[in-house]
Amino acid sequence: MDELKKIKENIYQLDKEGKMNVPVVVYASEKLLKDMLKDKCIEQARNVAMLPGIQKHSIALMDAHQGYGFCIGGVAAFSMDNGVISPGGVGYDISCSVRLLRTNLKKSDVIGKNKEISKALYKSIPSGTGKGTKLKITKLDMHSILKNGAKWAIENNMGKKEDLEYCEENACMEDADAKFVSEAAISRGINQLGSIGSGNHFIEIQYVDKIFNKKTAGIFGLEEDQVVIMIHCGSRGLGHQVASDYIKKMDDFYGHDNLPDRQLACAPVESELGKQYYKAMCAAANFAFCNKQVLTHLIRKCLSEFFPKFEAEVVYDVCHNIAKFEEHYINGKKIKLCVHRKGATRSLGPGRKEIPEKYSSVGQPILIPGSMGTSSYVLVGTKEAEELSFSSTAHGAGRVMSRSEAIRTLKSENIKKEMEDKNIALTAGSFKGLVEEAPEVYKDVEEVVKVSDELNIGKLVSKLKPIAVIKG
Amino acid sequence: MKYKFLPHTADVKFKAYGKTLNESFENSALAMFNVMYTGKIKSSKQIKFSIKGKDFENLLYLFLEKLLILLDSKNFLVSKIKVKINIKDMSLNTLVYGDNSGNYSLNTGIKSVTYNEMFVKKIDGKWVCQVVLDV
Repeated sequence: MDELKKIKENIYQLDKEGKMNVPVVVYASEKLLKDMLKDKCIEQARNVAMLPGIQKHSIALMDAHQGYGFCIGGVAAFSMDNGVISPGGVGYDISCSVRLLRTNLKKSDVIGKNKEISKALYKSIPSGTGKGTKLKITKLDMHSILKNGAKWAIENNMGKKEDLEYCEENACMEDADAKFVSEAAISRGINQLGSIGSGNHFIEIQYVDKIFNKKTAGIFGLEEDQVVIMIHCGSRGLGHQVASDYIKKMDDFYGHDNLPDRQLACAPVESELGKQYYKAMCAAANFAFCNKQVLTHLIRKCLSEFFPKFEAEVVYDVCHNIAKFEEHYINGKKIKLCVHRKGATRSLGPGRKEIPEKYSSVGQPILIPGSMGTSSYVLVGTKEAEELSFSSTAHGAGRVMSRSEAIRTLKSENIKKEMEDKNIALTAGSFKGLVEEAPEVYKDVEEVVKVSDELNIGKLVSKLKPIAVIKG
Repeated sequence: MKYKFLPHTADVKFKAYGKTLNESFENSALAMFNVMYTGKIKSSKQIKFSIKGKDFENLLYLFLEKLLILLDSKNFLVSKIKVKINIKDMSLNTLVYGDNSGNYSLNTGIKSVTYNEMFVKKIDGKWVCQVVLDV
């Protein structure tokens, strides 16, 4: 992409031309940009720049890679008056998200038992792929979950009230309306509550390896050598079907002749269809919040058998596939926008009312999982992110290699051995599937978080290293 | 060749081929299930369904999506498939054979079919379906 020009360190721009309504901005180091130029992600960010009512710029973040329609690692904000909402801009896995639990254990408590614990966690937490889960819920339960999110699990003795306080939106998006969620979506999700799914989703037992910012880490309740648990999953089949249903509906109603890619199907934010999608998307996000709450309960139960005094508190729970109505400054004026984050994490700075009071003096925690066997990071949101990225930063390492190439070139035995050499206990449903998630398939997460830190759109707080990995 | 997988950074992309349109749809379904499971699947159950689309791509999207819904909601894993498309009214009738997915350990799940880069075309006398799946 020759037209891409460097504005300053870590910032590149593709000027507005042709059908684009705004420029494309890419936040990346030279190293990360090189990977991005290998696939179509910047071209996809340019397609997004052509959508009606897009504001300021179409963003590709440092972990961006090719998706379908919108790139993954992309942010786009639309005017409420003449802008659009697009299910493809949120992704099929609505509210794919990360929850971090801090525990009262030290690394040394777990290290010799990690294999046993990993196996026990795998046994108590199903992937759900093709098998469903043991938790049987009724359609009535499902409606309550879609409306109330994780609160449903608390009311059913799967957690404590304080858990909700430390989740984005208090683990419930209030605009949710189950009436806009199809029967097919409910039928796909009803057997999957309390499962992690497959692909890049996981549960990891990690320890705090390094603290970059002692004060903020202290406020998040994190200290060196402490054991933490990271959950990465989303809204399972329910969310996938909600996205698919509304892509079809918008394609039927508005057509795709004016779109650069049929997958960019969208509707005006304030149209009937736009509002219905938003309410259904909120319901799917609530399913995802509830799912992670059930998983939290299962993890607590399982680890209590190893450590009778085991305690785990929620540090934070944050989405990276979501659309939200937020206020941002455009040409010096504060206006309400529909912000799409697809593979991007919200990064609100200090003082914002949306974040838990306890974190208000420093900003919200940002949870960035690394690829399998590599480090994950906790960052903190900033004021600067408002100006640069509609308060967003990266969501992970971002893929560089296709799944087909991974299957062709990598061997699952090598991955198993690599994990063993690092003393990481790995339990997975399928070792064939594992190859597709090998560290070689992803960008270097260290480089991703370094660029976020240098741009001040998410500042480093602590580095987490895995001890045990559970994959679907 | 029934189908071929192509490089795509995030997801699974394939081209499925057929002497007839019906065959290209059948092979698209087989390609999709090959992503999830490569071993032999028993044909112990069968399901019939029909769908109506508005163009070839929409019909293919709806057809593959229906198979994913059957997997998640009824644990139905496809082994064999017979498709009959009526181009005049863009309808599809199918008879699907398969087994309970609980009897198999799947490599991965598939989140959805997408419209991204999708096409159904006759190229040099052969029907070709191109599909990107979100996995």
